[in-house]
Amino acid sequence: MNAPTTPPPVKTEFDVVGTTPIRKDGEEKVTGAALFGDDIHLPGMLHGAMLRSPHPHARIVSIDTSKAAALKGVRTVITGADMPTLSSTVVAAGEGGEVNMQDIADNCIARDKVFYDGHVVAAVAADNKHIAEAACALIEVEYELLEPVLNVHDAVAEGAPVLHEDYTPGAFLFPTQKALPNAGRLFMEHGDVDATFDACDHVVEREFTTKSVHQGYIEPHVTTAVWTGEDTLTIHTSTQGGFAIRDFMASFMNMPMSKIKVVPMEIGGGFGGKDVVYLDSLAAVMAKRTGRPVKIFMSRSEVLRGTGPSPETYIKVKIGCNNEGQLLAADLYLLFEAGAYPGGPIAPGTMCALTRYNIPNVRLDGYDVFLNKPKMKPYRAPGATQANFAAESAIADLAEMAGIDPIQFRLTNALKPGDMMPMGFPCPPLGSIEMLNAIKNHPHYTAPLEGENRGRGISYAFWFGAGLASCAEIRCNTDGTINLTTGSADLSGTRTTLGMQAAEELGVDNDLITTNVGDTDSVGYTFQSVGSRTTFATGIAVISACRKLVEEMKKRAAMEWEVEGSEVDYASGVFTLKSDSSKTLSFGEICGKADHTGGPLIADASEFPEGVGFQIAANIVDVEVDVETGKVDILRYSTLQDVGKAVHPDFVEGQMQGGTVQGIGWALNEEYFYDEKGTLRNPTLLDYRMPTSLDVPNIDCTILETPNPGHPYGVRGVGEVPIVPPPAAIRDAIKNAIGVSLNDLPMKPGNVLKAIWEQKGK
Amino acid sequence: MSKVHVTTTVNGDEVEFLAEPRQSLLEVLRDELKLTGTKEGCNDGNCGACSVVFDGTLVASCCVLGVEADGKKVETVEGMATPDALHPLQQAFLEETGMQCGICTPGFLISSKELLKSKPNPSEEEIRFWLANNLCRCTGYDKIVKAVQKAAAVMEEA
Amino acid sequence: MHSFDFATPTSVSDAVAILAKEGSNARLLAGGTDLLIGMRVGRATPGLVVDAKQIPELKQYKLDGNGLQLGSAVTCRTLYEDSAVVDAYPALIESAELIGGMQTQGRASIGGNLCNAAPSGDSIPTLIVLGAEAVVIGPNGQRNLAVEDVCVAPGKTSLADNELLLTINIPAPAANSGACFQRFIPRNEMDIAIASVASSVVLSGDGSTFESARIALGAVGPTPIFAQGAGDLLAGKPVNEASIQEAADAAEAVATPINDMRGTIEQRKHLINVLTKRTLREAVARAKG
Ligand SMILES: Cc1cc2nc3c(=O)[nH]c(=O)nc-3n(C[C@H](O)[C@H](O)[C@H](O)COP(=O)(O)OP(=O)(O)OC[C@H]3O[C@@H](n4cnc5c(N)ncnc54)[C@H](O)[C@@H]3O)c2cc1C
Ligand code: FES
Ligand code: FES
Repeated sequence: MNAPTTPPPVKTEFDVVGTTPIRKDGEEKVTGAALFGDDIHLPGMLHGAMLRSPHPHARIVSIDTSKAAALKGVRTVITGADMPTLSSTVVAAGEGGEVNMQDIADNCIARDKVFYDGHVVAAVAADNKHIAEAACALIEVEYELLEPVLNVHDAVAEGAPVLHEDYTPGAFLFPTQKALPNAGRLFMEHGDVDATFDACDHVVEREFTTKSVHQGYIEPHVTTAVWTGEDTLTIHTSTQGGFAIRDFMASFMNMPMSKIKVVPMEIGGGFGGKDVVYLDSLAAVMAKRTGRPVKIFMSRSEVLRGTGPSPETYIKVKIGCNNEGQLLAADLYLLFEAGAYPGGPIAPGTMCALTRYNIPNVRLDGYDVFLNKPKMKPYRAPGATQANFAAESAIADLAEMAGIDPIQFRLTNALKPGDMMPMGFPCPPLGSIEMLNAIKNHPHYTAPLEGENRGRGISYAFWFGAGLASCAEIRCNTDGTINLTTGSADLSGTRTTLGMQAAEELGVDNDLITTNVGDTDSVGYTFQSVGSRTTFATGIAVISACRKLVEEMKKRAAMEWEVEGSEVDYASGVFTLKSDSSKTLSFGEICGKADHTGGPLIADASEFPEGVGFQIAANIVDVEVDVETGKVDILRYSTLQDVGKAVHPDFVEGQMQGGTVQGIGWALNEEYFYDEKGTLRNPTLLDYRMPTSLDVPNIDCTILETPNPGHPYGVRGVGEVPIVPPPAAIRDAIKNAIGVSLNDLPMKPGNVLKAIWEQKGK
Repeated sequence: MSKVHVTTTVNGDEVEFLAEPRQSLLEVLRDELKLTGTKEGCNDGNCGACSVVFDGTLVASCCVLGVEADGKKVETVEGMATPDALHPLQQAFLEETGMQCGICTPGFLISSKELLKSKPNPSEEEIRFWLANNLCRCTGYDKIVKAVQKAAAVMEEA
Repeated sequence: MHSFDFATPTSVSDAVAILAKEGSNARLLAGGTDLLIGMRVGRATPGLVVDAKQIPELKQYKLDGNGLQLGSAVTCRTLYEDSAVVDAYPALIESAELIGGMQTQGRASIGGNLCNAAPSGDSIPTLIVLGAEAVVIGPNGQRNLAVEDVCVAPGKTSLADNELLLTINIPAPAANSGACFQRFIPRNEMDIAIASVASSVVLSGDGSTFESARIALGAVGPTPIFAQGAGDLLAGKPVNEASIQEAADAAEAVATPINDMRGTIEQRKHLINVLTKRTLREAVARAKG
């Protein structure tokens, strides 16, 4: 992570940004016309299905596909042996880390070993999906069972079964180092932690655990592969990043990137879980073998068993302060599941656990632990929710121990702009003090809360966000309308927020702009819609393209007036001759003259912004606990967030509310339930309990705007941080309601009841 | 096992198709009739993305067999708008941002339409209860509830 | 899903004839909210699915002075949209309203819930405490059995392969009686009971004494459990917390739950105690009107 460079001042007066137009792709989404990943039907298309391992850890001795292949309607059956051999396996992953492509390929279909319950061992393409499924059931696999490793403690213990003889350590945001047979490590220390604890007046030591949770997008993974020529492949899929899929596929298929086109379909949610290949390589190989398009659509249980989730964790926190409430030292030991292969979110989790506070002496010791569960995936602010639950809960307990008001405690220690960050540069502008004061003055916080077994909790959270590569292309039509194409998948309305930034920059009516998500042949490389980066980073590319376009249009106006381009001014849709303000040409007029002034008006931009604005959020929550059953009812919920500049405030609220409710689900009921054999027992939406509409109240939103100097309009990423604060806030509220501290997620009724009993000594 | 000939009415139009008994109504709508507005999120009744009105009742079309549609009426999201105007619910979901990714939206619209038919002026609690069989992972429900309230108000006035 | 044939008999006799011929190869389809899901995961693989919904007797219900005669395929939603049924059998409605969400309730039947024989089936404890009878028909004619005798193991009933459930008959509520069903789930909707209890009581005219009571438990054994002893001990006891606690302890004692992902033995037994008290209190309140 680089220090932000000093950028030009941000704009503060807006015409379009800050309004709430109806989204451009909205109508087709309410009429059912929008085409999502599964809505494509190509002529001659076959349907795929996969056979998955019922064992968490086993060597594949043999696979007999003959009966499956003989079933009427079956067109091909493949196993790991039918997949192309990768020509290069280890590739750079930025920031000094590396990723082993073979791991990602093997995660799609096992070669000689299966590493988790649900690992694909074979795939079938057939005339319809019922036949494909029936064929899978006819495939005979002989396994040699290996001892599974099912929790982080077992995995790091001496003598644990080793998953991978050799491994490339994970590099997610920051690289980890090879440390243990089943774990990579990220270690950071500054100051003298141990000595400082002795000098602290108050020290809290706690152990926290969290369970795996899934991103839970309602649309299962789906892809359709079709060979449009002997060596040209087209993939229609719903993904957070068409280019990411293209590049993975180029590696997996040993093909030039230019020969693969990924067409992004509408995407039914992703939250970090849909930016990697699971199905595309299987569909492509089967399409090649049959000469027909192949679609594969995962069932919900396959989604839960084989994709996602966010890791289960164990986090030990020791943290101390003086009598004034000043934090002096912290020591964190974190075991995060990586799952079957290296590369879980240990690094971002570790790095942002405490970043929102100034602590002079800190030790962070994090492990990326391999075990026999699915390969973990990012989920909205990856790793931060687990880390925040642990660190923020310990902070709450420490403030209580020191007898200091919880908000005052946080104010005393809050990271402020200019304070040195653990990454080695000063904190850029950030509304941390404003936010903590906003909690204190919030009508929710100041309202009385009465009634038995009711309590109020708060928490405060931090997340980085991402910059990375984005491209945008803008084209003017002769009628003055504009087509804007970017490479960013639209998960939530970013066509609109990108179009609004173009309208703002060009000073034209927002309705003139149609925004399009380009396929990988039609626009420049753009990183995935992840890391809260789309409105921020792709927005910068859009603004750059607009600025280039205006320069070009000034030249066109100058031609009309037979002057130099520098003689022309532009504002609010009108070009004016500087020397004679009676001479004007409208934006539309220049568009109309394009053919006579040098040809169609287009501009594009490619950007790699560094000035990522950090994200902070806070929650206030009231709960009531049924002490007879352990059930926690959420009575009232408020969330606050510094968004830099809200481009579309309704969309911003939507992100805040959606993330908060995911955080509530994580806090209260969501969990992966593996039995002692390593089988996932709850791969349905009945037993994987995401919040329903009846489980949550309205979520009140407070938007704070401390401009991010790294974006021309001050925009920060918005999408991720809202999921982070709920678990710690709800724990705090439960503690205040019934005096019981819960250190394990989820705080489901059974766990709350157990904690109540333990406290009573029952 | 031979295919069955089915005649049914979808969004007011009589349609015929051949279906295997094992095909769900959801599959038939999407794969045979190419009405892909109705979505699959779970295929076991828990997410509501596949909601349709079947014979006058709100159901999850993944829990109905296609062959059961013979002689029945089916209403899907594709039938909600008229050529001239969106349904007030569709309009309200747009205005109130009652969606993000939009995959759950057809199901919520159909479900809400049936709610307002049976309770034209529902309370927030009634809306949340009725919609509990429709999962949305993006919005946190807040703006969906507000969209339904807005549509109810618009429809009351009309 | 596996391949199967589909039959749509339009009379009880046709359906009986089909079942007589096909035996265990055939399965009746009411709302399908259990059957189709079970078939999709390979739990059931009938070669013939027989639609129950074209048979008029199974789709009708009758409420009169003798009680409720409920066709086995009548949907939950049909029931709770009839205010006369709602008034007469609030506990039954509590069950019907809990079976899935709106989409499920538009298809799911009480008969299907009973025949599916899940330990957690939300209507079964209620039917037991209401003293309901199952009317079953097969090639050898009709027979009546107490609802508590229908479920014999998880997913298994005492009906023969060639029998079908015709109606569920629930007697008219006695004077000074009340009943209540409650389940415990982690969410507020769309969940399977971790534990559930139905209670019904008949009080003395002045409301001071229990004349009789029935208690039944869900999700704490291989089948729903008729906690007969727990109900019987209330007969003649004064209506107060001590009596209610005694019954709750007795109910808890007959619960035989297991540990699974939904809950632990300890938690479930405790919940039976809590829910027995809560449902008894509510049943008493309803009996007192
Ligand atoms: C999303 C969802 C949520 C659910 N939530 C709940 C819940 O909260 N509580 C709960 O208890 N259940 C729940 N269920 C399960 C199910 O909905 C209920 O058990 C329902 O009552 C079953 O009724 P049905 O009419 O759909 O039965 P079907 O699925 O049609 O039949 C169930 C079984 O009974 C047999 N059968 C049906 N009718 C007859 C007959 N007349 N004679 C003999 N056998 C017959 C069938 O062959 C089958 O084996 C849920 C299901 C889904 C999909
Ligand atoms: S797909 Fe039918 S309810 Fe989820
Ligand atoms: S808008 Fe994405 S699931 Fe509802």
